Amino acid sequence: MLEAGRACLILALAICVYGIGASLYGARTGQRQWVASGRRAAYALAGVLVIAFAILESGFIRSDFSFALVQSHSSSTTPLFYRMTAPWSSQEGSLLLWVLMLSLWSSAILFLTRRRLREVAPYATAVLLGFGAFFCALLVFLESPFDGLANPPAEGVGLNPLLRHPSMMIHPPMLYSGYTLFAVPFAFAIGALVTRRLGADWIRSTRPFTLAAWFFLGIGIILGARWSYSELGWGGYWAWDPVENASLMPWLTGTAFLHSVMIQEKRGMLKVWNVSLVLATGTLAILGTFLVRSGILESIHAFGASTLGVPFLVLIVAMIGGSIALVASRAESLRSEHRLDSLLSREAAFLLNNLVLVALCFVVFWGTFFPLISEAVTGTEASVGPPWFNRYITPLALILVLLSGIGPLIAWRRATAANLRRNFTFPVGAGVVTLLACVLAGVTGNVGALLMFSFAAFVLGAVGQELYRGVRARRVMARESVPRAFLATIRRNRGRYGGYLIHAGVAVMFVGVAASSAFQEQRLVQLRPGQTERVDDYAITYVKPSSRVVPAPNGRLERIDLGAELSVRRGGGKPETLTTYKSFFPSTDPSLGPISRFFEGESTSEVGLDAGLRRDLWTAIAPDIGRLLPRIEEGDKVFADADELTPEQRGAFLGEALRGLSSSYLDSPPPATFRIIASPLVTWIWLGALIVFAGGLIAMWPTGTRARKPADAAQLARVARELQRV
Amino acid sequence: MDPARKRTTRLVVALTCALLLACALVYTSFSASSEARQPSELASAQPGQTYQLTGRVAKGSWEHEGTVHRFEVVDRNGGGPAVAVTYEGSVPDPFREGREIVIDVRKQGTGFVGQPDSLVTKCPSKFTAEPKSS
Repeated sequence: MLEAGRACLILALAICVYGIGASLYGARTGQRQWVASGRRAAYALAGVLVIAFAILESGFIRSDFSFALVQSHSSSTTPLFYRMTAPWSSQEGSLLLWVLMLSLWSSAILFLTRRRLREVAPYATAVLLGFGAFFCALLVFLESPFDGLANPPAEGVGLNPLLRHPSMMIHPPMLYSGYTLFAVPFAFAIGALVTRRLGADWIRSTRPFTLAAWFFLGIGIILGARWSYSELGWGGYWAWDPVENASLMPWLTGTAFLHSVMIQEKRGMLKVWNVSLVLATGTLAILGTFLVRSGILESIHAFGASTLGVPFLVLIVAMIGGSIALVASRAESLRSEHRLDSLLSREAAFLLNNLVLVALCFVVFWGTFFPLISEAVTGTEASVGPPWFNRYITPLALILVLLSGIGPLIAWRRATAANLRRNFTFPVGAGVVTLLACVLAGVTGNVGALLMFSFAAFVLGAVGQELYRGVRARRVMARESVPRAFLATIRRNRGRYGGYLIHAGVAVMFVGVAASSAFQEQRLVQLRPGQTERVDDYAITYVKPSSRVVPAPNGRLERIDLGAELSVRRGGGKPETLTTYKSFFPSTDPSLGPISRFFEGESTSEVGLDAGLRRDLWTAIAPDIGRLLPRIEEGDKVFADADELTPEQRGAFLGEALRGLSSSYLDSPPPATFRIIASPLVTWIWLGALIVFAGGLIAMWPTGTRARKPADAAQLARVARELQRV
Repeated sequence: MDPARKRTTRLVVALTCALLLACALVYTSFSASSEARQPSELASAQPGQTYQLTGRVAKGSWEHEGTVHRFEVVDRNGGGPAVAVTYEGSVPDPFREGREIVIDVRKQGTGFVGQPDSLVTKCPSKFTAEPKSS
């Protein structure tokens, strides 16, 4: 099996090299059959990598510890679901998943464009296979996932318990999908630059992929935030950690690109800006992978210093250098066809939105790389914390939300006073009313949050008004019922209304972010059973301790949980029960006694969460195991003296001893420390994200091949009359 | 004003704004940053200044009483002087003796006090390999 896996990777590398050669030769000499052969190399690459990944997965599923990777990242006590996700908890498995995704997406785009973009596609193929070759070379020469163990042990080390969360199954594949999908527009931009075919063709062909990249990367980011909120035991969802930032940067420039290409398609403007943005996005996606994989920055995610730093740096420098050289040498072909007519126009709003997004990306970039910058400038490594980020991100985010409301309302080319009055009266009114309502309701004390609420109301007002007008016009035209007209309106203009929905979702998300960061109440308390603590208007009572020893499906002991049952009463309402516990997983350190191993290994928090539309009550326990220590030591001694036990007997006694510990914790529970957080509107973040993704799906959904029926003149006149009356 | 000149003025204004913002960004990042130090580099620490201490939790040094944790931090390679740190709050789940941590500290007396919520424990990507099964 291991040999087969290694052979697949070597074959994959050979296919990449051949494909690059074939594509370039075909493009230079104009021989179609070579171009087609290069394209088929991409399909072959996908096939070979699917086999390689399947081999690795089967090793994990069968717990075949002759795979070094399986031994170090899985164990027979790991549940099947997590055994299947364990491959990408390792460096080698992650790289394999990355290149697998790349090959699948590359095959998809090359298949879809096989009869289009005849000049651009071969170069794009070469670029995509170039990335493939890079990653395959890493897998073959530096980080082989198929290293074997001569004497396979009976048990593996196990998956890091922190990664045992359902979202970890989808989070990494989503992020990698996002990163690798951004390679597609990158490759086609390079192809367009090389062949000087810089119209909107390549943009239109790769648009579904750019949207999908944006979509998947967004899902990945949100899942990461959700995991952090419910698994890490600190109650936050974003920490400006380098690895989080790495995924945010290409997402920001990708968002900017999705907007500015509309100006290029409609008005033939901003060509240099657009290719620069897409090239930067592709480079940032590789940079993100590099940050995670090289360990050059201090991060909670550190994967340790690895040998990948230098090859990645070479790739990134080549990408940046090549991009700049290409754009500079093609400056003539990138001339704008029009000029900006007025600062009061949709073009200007988009341009401003682009500047804000790029500024956001720059702030994140600077803050992330500041330790390296500061070391280069002053000689000492220093870093900036979340307050520094928040100082810049908050105003920029406010402007961004405001613009996301202005964009859909303002006219192209030049807005007139009548246009402004007609489109802005209602949304601005909604914003002002919300602001006043918040102030009257006593929600003061944080100007940023107040402004955000008001701006979000403006955006929701704008989106609502546009939808209302669209449906109204449709009803006039087709005489349909409201729901049918609503669906028809959206169906006929998916990109537009999907986009509006995304704007509404982003506004909802930012309301959640603003409220939960400005009005959160957090307390760290020590409670004995029976004691009560007040946080915000909640009364939280520690009712009783909980404890259990959890066996894995194969009978071995997986972990021991120590926790608490809490009773939560809000105001004068009915009390609700929350449970929170901490799971202790055994360490594999052989120098520790068999019982203390359970308390010296990894531990994870299971959060007790009472989520609501208005606010979340978040609780996590840190049990004090100090009082158990004498018993743990005693138990270790007993086991150290008992050499003649069979493994079965040892297992049985270990279970007995742990159950004894567990019941002694229940009988005389020591005071436990609780972190209790009352945060308003956190749920809005997840709801907003769902709206954004619904909007993304609508925008991405392929339009049917049926040609649209052009509206006749009478219909158009009727719509125009109706619109004037609105 | 003719359109070409108007555009130039606009460009100059925009570039100036961008430049000013960038300067503010650079300036504040240098003044608001905390220096990353390992215990062996903290000998000359000034009271009142915040440092970002990185290192390993010394073996056998972690004790806690309620929400107050006391532990010692040594250099990442395990050597260097041990720095005593007091931290009030709950420690992250992966926090263990021997693990690498990052924490913002201020000097107080002979020891250091950790800033609230600043303790980060690095996720070890791989556990120590087990030579024989248990």
